[in-house]
Amino acid sequence: MAIEVRIPTILRNLTGDAKVVEGSGTTLDELIADLDSRYPGIGERLVNDGKLRRFVNVYLNDEDVRFVGGLEAKLSDGDNVTVLPAVAGGSL
Amino acid sequence: MLRIDRSIYDKIVAHARRDHPDEACGVVAGPEGSDRPERFVEMVNAERSPTFYRFDSLEQLRVWREMDDRDEEPVVIYHSHTATEAYPSRTDISYASEPNAHYVLVSTREPDTVEFRSYRIVDGRVTEEPVEVTGADGAQ
Repeated sequence: MAIEVRIPTILRNLTGDAKVVEGSGTTLDELIADLDSRYPGIGERLVNDGKLRRFVNVYLNDEDVRFVGGLEAKLSDGDNVTVLPAVAGGSL
Repeated sequence: MLRIDRSIYDKIVAHARRDHPDEACGVVAGPEGSDRPERFVEMVNAERSPTFYRFDSLEQLRVWREMDDRDEEPVVIYHSHTATEAYPSRTDISYASEPNAHYVLVSTREPDTVEFRSYRIVDGRVTEEPVEVTGADGAQ
């Protein structure tokens, strides 16, 4: 179950500067746990209280995972996962 | 310091004015590591709000992939404040996660005066920096 994961600049200090890493899992939750076992700390940057943090966008292939099951999203061999920092803010 | 071409500066201000009273947002891409903002990319504010902005997540994926393919990075990330000063809010600071980017804020609270300011936001710390406008009508 190899899944390619693209890591944003802000998290590359946790992956030894790697832009792309491989992971495994049948759901996004499992994939994140697998990544965290090899790149400690990455899990808590992505997940808080059992939910994806609002500061990050996680994509499964071309979809925002929030629309395809969130942490429960099903993964298959060859899928691509992309992590990007959400760009947001406001005047308040 | 942010050095930015007059034509791009004008496009950012025009976008902010056009979307007023909602906040406008976008990026200016440039070659990785060059610190040169060259390619203006206007983004949709998915919140369509006078007090918040958020890049549409799918548009952001498309734009970030395009930058990746062209060996670019977001050199400038801009948005507007429409009733307050061009200074990062607490929300802006909490979301800022591109340590190499210049965060540009434009305020459209005054119809006749342009407030265009630039900041570095790293680990929650805000540092304002000078803006040098280059090209046709700029300083150089």
